[in-house]
Amino acid sequence: MNNLSARFFALSPVKRALVATGLGLLALAITRVIAGADDLTSGNTLIATIAAAAPIIAVALGGLYSERSGVANIGLEGMMVLGTWFAAFAGWHWGPWAALVGGAFGGLLGGLLHALATVTFGVDQIISGVAINFIAPGVARFLSSELFVGKGANGEGTISGSPNIKHAMGRFKVPGLAGWLKTIDNKRWFFISDLAAVLRAFVDNMAWSTLIILLLIPISIYVLWRTPFGLRLRSIGEKPSAAESLGVAVYRMKYISLAISGSLAGLGGAWLVVNVRQYNEGQTAGRGFLGLAALIFGNWQPIGVALGALLFSYGLSLQETIGSKPIKALYLFIAGAFLALCLFMVFGRRSKRAALGLAISAAGLFTFYVNTEKVASQIVYVTPYVIVLIVITFASKHSRPPAAVGVPWRRGQST
Amino acid sequence: MTHATVLKIRSALLAPAIAIVVSVVVSAFALQVSGHSSVAALRAMFNYVTTTDSLVSILNRAAPLYVVSLGVAIGFKMNLFNIGADGQYRLAALMAAGASSTFSLPRPFHILAVMLIATAVGAAWAAIPGVLKVTRNVNEVVSTIMLNFVATGISAYLLINYMRNESQPNVAETKSVPKSARLPSLNGLLEDIGIHLPRLAVLNSFLPIAIVVGILFYILVWRTRFGFDLRVTGTNPAAAKTSGVNAKAMIVKTIMISGGLAGLAATGFLLTDFTKYNETFPLGLPFTGIAVALLGRNHPGGIAVAAFAWMSVETASRGLLDEKIPPEISKILLGTLLISSVISFEVVRRRTLTQAIRQAASATPGAHSGGLPPTEPTPAGATA
Amino acid sequence: MTETAAPQVLAIELRGIVKRFPGVVANDGVNLRVRSGSVHAIVGENGAGKSTLMKTLYGAHRPDEGEIMLAGEHVTLKSPREAIARGIGMVFQHFMLADNLTVWENVVLGDEPGSRTHLSHKMARDAIVELGTRYGLRVNPDSYVSDLGVGDKQRVEILKVLFRGARIIILDEPTAVLVPQEVQALFTSLRSLTAEGVTVIFISHKLDEVLSVADDITVIRAGRTVGEVAPADVTAHDLAEMMVGRELPRPVPRTDAPSEKVEIQLDRVTVAGLGDRDALHEVSLSVRLGEVVGIAGVEGNGQSELLDAIMGLRHLKSGSISVAGHSIDALSTRDRRESGIGYIPEDRQKDGLCLAAPLWENVMLGHQGSRPFSLRGWINRLAAKKATREIIAAYDVRTPSAEVAAAALSGGNQQKLIVGREMTADPSVLIAAHPTRGIDVGAQAAIWDHIRAARTKGLAVLLVSADLEELLALSDTLLVMLRGEVVAQVDPHTVTTADLGAYMTGARKGTVPA
Repeated sequence: MNNLSARFFALSPVKRALVATGLGLLALAITRVIAGADDLTSGNTLIATIAAAAPIIAVALGGLYSERSGVANIGLEGMMVLGTWFAAFAGWHWGPWAALVGGAFGGLLGGLLHALATVTFGVDQIISGVAINFIAPGVARFLSSELFVGKGANGEGTISGSPNIKHAMGRFKVPGLAGWLKTIDNKRWFFISDLAAVLRAFVDNMAWSTLIILLLIPISIYVLWRTPFGLRLRSIGEKPSAAESLGVAVYRMKYISLAISGSLAGLGGAWLVVNVRQYNEGQTAGRGFLGLAALIFGNWQPIGVALGALLFSYGLSLQETIGSKPIKALYLFIAGAFLALCLFMVFGRRSKRAALGLAISAAGLFTFYVNTEKVASQIVYVTPYVIVLIVITFASKHSRPPAAVGVPWRRGQST
Repeated sequence: MTHATVLKIRSALLAPAIAIVVSVVVSAFALQVSGHSSVAALRAMFNYVTTTDSLVSILNRAAPLYVVSLGVAIGFKMNLFNIGADGQYRLAALMAAGASSTFSLPRPFHILAVMLIATAVGAAWAAIPGVLKVTRNVNEVVSTIMLNFVATGISAYLLINYMRNESQPNVAETKSVPKSARLPSLNGLLEDIGIHLPRLAVLNSFLPIAIVVGILFYILVWRTRFGFDLRVTGTNPAAAKTSGVNAKAMIVKTIMISGGLAGLAATGFLLTDFTKYNETFPLGLPFTGIAVALLGRNHPGGIAVAAFAWMSVETASRGLLDEKIPPEISKILLGTLLISSVISFEVVRRRTLTQAIRQAASATPGAHSGGLPPTEPTPAGATA
Repeated sequence: MTETAAPQVLAIELRGIVKRFPGVVANDGVNLRVRSGSVHAIVGENGAGKSTLMKTLYGAHRPDEGEIMLAGEHVTLKSPREAIARGIGMVFQHFMLADNLTVWENVVLGDEPGSRTHLSHKMARDAIVELGTRYGLRVNPDSYVSDLGVGDKQRVEILKVLFRGARIIILDEPTAVLVPQEVQALFTSLRSLTAEGVTVIFISHKLDEVLSVADDITVIRAGRTVGEVAPADVTAHDLAEMMVGRELPRPVPRTDAPSEKVEIQLDRVTVAGLGDRDALHEVSLSVRLGEVVGIAGVEGNGQSELLDAIMGLRHLKSGSISVAGHSIDALSTRDRRESGIGYIPEDRQKDGLCLAAPLWENVMLGHQGSRPFSLRGWINRLAAKKATREIIAAYDVRTPSAEVAAAALSGGNQQKLIVGREMTADPSVLIAAHPTRGIDVGAQAAIWDHIRAARTKGLAVLLVSADLEELLALSDTLLVMLRGEVVAQVDPHTVTTADLGAYMTGARKGTVPA
């Protein structure tokens, strides 16, 4: 068992993600057959999941750039809010594509403000982030009161809602392939259909805005690990004094990374607006914080971060899905996962106490599954957050944040 | 007044003054650009806020804000960011509301009991991220944010399933807090000393409680050994460790106090104007509390001024409606005040410290061991 | 001085370098002549001015007076970037490496091969392998720095400068963190480097090593060059004498003798260090009441770890510490301080004071749980202020009042305050680390007097210092630490400074009574 785990961690991140997803999919397939909850992995659920994940992925990637350059960015939520407002303004005047650009611009403003406070003035990064979260909704509300009220095709603009965006964002469908996968998906064959559903989610009925955000994942991997810019950015998050001694302009790079960070968070906000063709107050609903959690859950790697975002969005989209059978089945799934982990630990001769804890939790969840008729929606709501908390708590040893994140750094500092 | 005292006062007031000026300028600019008169705005706000009704409303709402800000501030003083005040407040409010109707005691004891329950729930919920931080080094910002969401879910679940007032099937709310647990009004007392308040302007007695909490906060932080350890850990963790402070114990104790205060603040609304926990219960308080703590620089006096000022601006903005000026300008004012405060506090703090060090260095007649250049330490840490 | 037959090209020449800082002259006319393709060692004690000189050499600051010449040409080095461009590379004592990045990423950072849009992993790796083979500095380019041992990390630092075309490499105390095998490997690499025409300058205080690997040696003391020699012409003893200087005044012998009662005892204390090396290895010592035991040694040889271990700030790998016969291993730092161990930390601003806090609060630091400062959890401000005023008076702390912030005091006065605070708490043991570092002569004399007075009253003092004059003036017994072990015990009244220097630098093996 030890050998297996060693080999797993030795794989590259991409391969690891594929293996983990494959295994996860298999487990889900087994679960849905046992529990008879076909919707657990239906194409529609997965399409909704990936769509809902997009804004969280965008925000989380924003957090990635920032933290990788050594600046903690709690203000992602505020930057996202600014993104939603500016996206709605641009979209109302010029359409959905302008909305995306506008959203990025709004977030950029927030990012630059954070940079000004933390890099130039040396304000504590958490405090600055909190302040940005504070000011953003106020600014949005004020601007709405001046620019949105009574405006729009039907005068639908209010202080907490913008006029509608000119038209909806286009969606694309890969002809032929999408239809074929859909047929297989509907057959509900064990694992084959589940796999088809996953593939279908990427080629059927996907909004362009979602695609753009998803493409940012491989783009970010390339930029951060395969360009000089990316290396320098990561270096100032790990050891800024070393970077400075080698001639890297630390302050300037921090500004750039925060500009990118804010723009991405704003882009996430723009997605939300484009999705419903409107800005609404409170639209972000804490997604900025979810992005931050996904960042930590994903160990500051783009793929891990995306998986974390998917975890949250899966939970969010399931809440809206019909019926509680798929939800009940999820608890069976989690129970199974815990049991598997427990066996893993026992055979791998790891912490006995953790293994015992996992076994007890698995047993408890199984009992819960068997005895409950309907899972309360609040429990479902809470589950992704609890999972993240548990993962962060127990994986803290493997956690590899950028070494200098959150540490205030002044020019000429020796550490 | 000695020169040192003058300097001290000047440095304490300089940063807030700069911040106020910046925020007023920005807000005036925003008003001008959107075609309104800042002078008219100011006049309207002033007129509205200087009525007795407004003043009473401000004080009633500033008191719980003050208490929750103190909770946040005690964490900040130790570089602990308790963003989880939201969840702690929420759970405490719910539990206190639900529990208050399950037992009955004579009035002062009932009130005390409910307050104790709220404080205990807040402290317990705050203990979770504290323990996670000291045992598994889990960053408290993330854990508290996650726990905020969990608290929202749990409180909704408990409300709907266990604490619901059955006689109101259409609304999710707890039973009303029994009369014996409600805080009395101060109007009677004020009458006795000659202040007449209009009948509808009820000044509730959470205000003196908040003041007492503020005094206790001051005593705890500046007059006890615990407070000394807390402040030292916040300003210089290395020196604190060398002086024997047990960092782990401090973290857990401090965050629990923080959560307890958040819980107590909830009773400021629960036992007065909002006698049940439901959708209309004011839930945005802890978020504002963070801002007020920052504005008040984590000092009970400063926070009192900040809480009062904040509530005044918020209340005064209602007066703008008559002048057709968007009341949202208050959000711009307060938001820019926060950002510029945070920046100017840091800049002034750093400058004062470097000045003092530089003065001392140049006063040295000549260091003993030749060859060692004096090192200038980088002043670290959040606003003290 | 030896003259070689043909005039050699000087890779670097420094003439009359002077550098001043507020309150001190760090370099006061330093000369340096480094032959091209040689290994040139610069030796001197702490505070002699070596680091300041190095900063001038690699462009971190400009000298106030003097000339720098590279291959005979006058230059001014305005920044490290310029120095690098001229072929000077600096390898710092404290590595500037990012642990979470790979070797190749650390090496190429800032001068990345490839294009603006593509970082060429292949080119980087090839370059590192090529350099490694050529200079005998083999490291796996794809390893993460956090996985590397100390010797390998040093190689990465050297590769960093070689990658940028350095022809002159400066190493600052390179063997400070290496075990003997790694030291040999390093020296072999240095030989490979010079064989390829690279000039190596290295700064060290370990005279045995210097003599084995250097071609030329420059000795610096108190900011000046006091000798330029070849290893063949000197012994370690001679070097030590040059480094440490004239015979220091003998201390006045004391009239009373320390008691027989041991107050603090360390038994084979071992503390883990970075990598495989123990920071402290089986250190045993004892201090009796009324005795001052001094610990001499160049910094970085385990002294800080020793102090941390005694104060409970660091975990013991093995061994035990006891005070007045009772083991204190289970006691927390607070309990240790409250049980009568006074502590003067070596970095007063980092560990001993809260700069922004007023003096009377600083006087409480370390004693905040005891009387008179607090009683059952309550702080007694009046008592604290009164005690502060008494300390200010008794220890001649120059300050307008007890209310000013500690940052407003000069270094000397800060230290006097700290000494006063510790002494007033009436400890039975005083642990003093570099108590008079960086303070003026007057304050130093005052502090010495206080320590002597306390000793007469029966205080046990453990004194760690890099200042030989201080050690000789105050100690009854003098131990020497090197590489985490106690390597010699000498009588401060009879030992020569040259001998002492020799023990401190490993030039001579000392003896320790069982």
